[in-house]
Amino acid sequence: MNGFDLDRAWDLHPQVSVRPEPFGALLYHFGTRRLSFLKDRVLLDVVRALGSHPTARAACAAAGVTGDAAIARYAKALAVLARTDMIVERRRGPADSEDS
Amino acid sequence: MTALVDHFKAGLDAPICLTWELTYACNLACVHCLSSSGRRDPRELTTDECKAVIDELERMQVFYVNIGGGEPTVRSDFWELVDYATSHHVGVKFSTNGVRITPEIAARLAKSDYVDVQISLDGATPEVNDAVRGPGSYATAIRAMENLAEAGFRGFKLSVVATRHNIPQLDEFKAIADRYGAQLRITRLRPSGRGADTWDELHPLPEQQRQLYEWLLAHGDNVLTGDSFFHLSAYGKALPGLNMCGAGRVVCLIDPIGDVYACPFAIHEAFLAGNVRDEGGFAKVWRESPLFRELRRPQAAGACASCGHYDACQGGCMAAKFFTGLPLDGPDPECVRGAGQAALATVPEGSAPKPSQDHSRTARPRRRGGPVPVTIGMRRPAAPAAIPAKPCDENPLSGMPLPEPAHAATPAHAPAKPCDENPLAGLPAPRPAEEAAVAGVASGVERP
Repeated sequence: MNGFDLDRAWDLHPQVSVRPEPFGALLYHFGTRRLSFLKDRVLLDVVRALGSHPTARAACAAAGVTGDAAIARYAKALAVLARTDMIVERRRGPADSEDS
Repeated sequence: MTALVDHFKAGLDAPICLTWELTYACNLACVHCLSSSGRRDPRELTTDECKAVIDELERMQVFYVNIGGGEPTVRSDFWELVDYATSHHVGVKFSTNGVRITPEIAARLAKSDYVDVQISLDGATPEVNDAVRGPGSYATAIRAMENLAEAGFRGFKLSVVATRHNIPQLDEFKAIADRYGAQLRITRLRPSGRGADTWDELHPLPEQQRQLYEWLLAHGDNVLTGDSFFHLSAYGKALPGLNMCGAGRVVCLIDPIGDVYACPFAIHEAFLAGNVRDEGGFAKVWRESPLFRELRRPQAAGACASCGHYDACQGGCMAAKFFTGLPLDGPDPECVRGAGQAALATVPEGSAPKPSQDHSRTARPRRRGGPVPVTIGMRRPAAPAAIPAKPCDENPLSGMPLPEPAHAATPAHAPAKPCDENPLAGLPAPRPAEEAAVAGVASGVERP
């Protein structure tokens, strides 16, 4: 299930649109036409921080996610998002596509 | 923690997607057309008004619209509106009988990541399809699919409304979809629009419901259903999806004249929430209409409260109950536990509500006055199309080259509007374990 590399740089897929909701957020991928849900606002903060941080771990920290157990939980959620192409690995440096 | 499905039932600030019937005009006249389409309505939204609606959908972050009709591609500004929507971050899936899907159009569609196409077909053979959708409509749909496949468009939708006559063809539909690299979508027939007139003849027999249920279970996520068969969940095992009615909660309908209804199957004053031309536009209708607010409140189980299957089927489809004269808090007319048949027996003949709109081009028989003239293998008599001699152009075909001369002489056969349009379709119901996880992610598999 896991296999998500927290120490790499990630970003939202450029074709993904994010709509905040009281319970978290809705994500829609225009390429795969998949709809996903983020079930809490902290996860939304993590996802939004990905593009401007050198690693997913740093994005978690920026969103206030600390402690191994919590980080593991969010890593699991990020893994699902990565598997469905909602987030993708970022090859170049941080902050090069933070508005996508 | 509140389950995701409860958030949805309480409504969202904007729909996830919505159905937008761009025109009541249609080159066909399907006997079960949910919007009773045929003639263009002179009050139809103008190009500029449509663009203003798209601007609003963009502001509300509605991810995509399911465009239908009528036959939406007969609008002369159809492609302009599709381009406008996609360049404003509103994805488009449109439903068509295929009449305008030429090789050139198919090539253009194949290039866009933001447009999806749904071809309507209600029989896996010309005999079964054309009896419902009209002579030549099978060939038109197949040609459209050939063109899309040839252009390299992968994963477009083949949309089937399940009827008594095509449920024996489920495997054949799957084979057709596979042949053209399409994804099969099967949705529920509703007694809406002209579907009310033909319901008694077309809706699946009780044993066919079971057959359909087993078939859908066996095919899982590979076949889309628009989450339209949640009434079948009362058989025991839930079908893929959230199994809830999204009307006015996460979806709605905008009709060609801008009226906003709770769902595409509920074109009736009772489900009319407002009009996009009203002050405040669509957003105000969505967020503030008393009707939608009411639909977002917890719904009473009513007569179904004592049934042990209510949690599974949620009492079924609101529109199906309404247009068969059943109370909204009663059983679905196709309740798989048999409660619908018992309830229907108490409905006085002729008392079921009639649709508020009828744009049919020919007079149609009233139902419950004996069998309706829909017989497989027998075509309806080719009545001349009744084109009103009015200055306004109500003929959808005017200025449009017909694919084949034969079409002009035949009565229409409208797109059995791809129904569903429930974006929750195919969403895995959140499992308890997922609900417990703080950072759970629920993924939808529907490809709207």
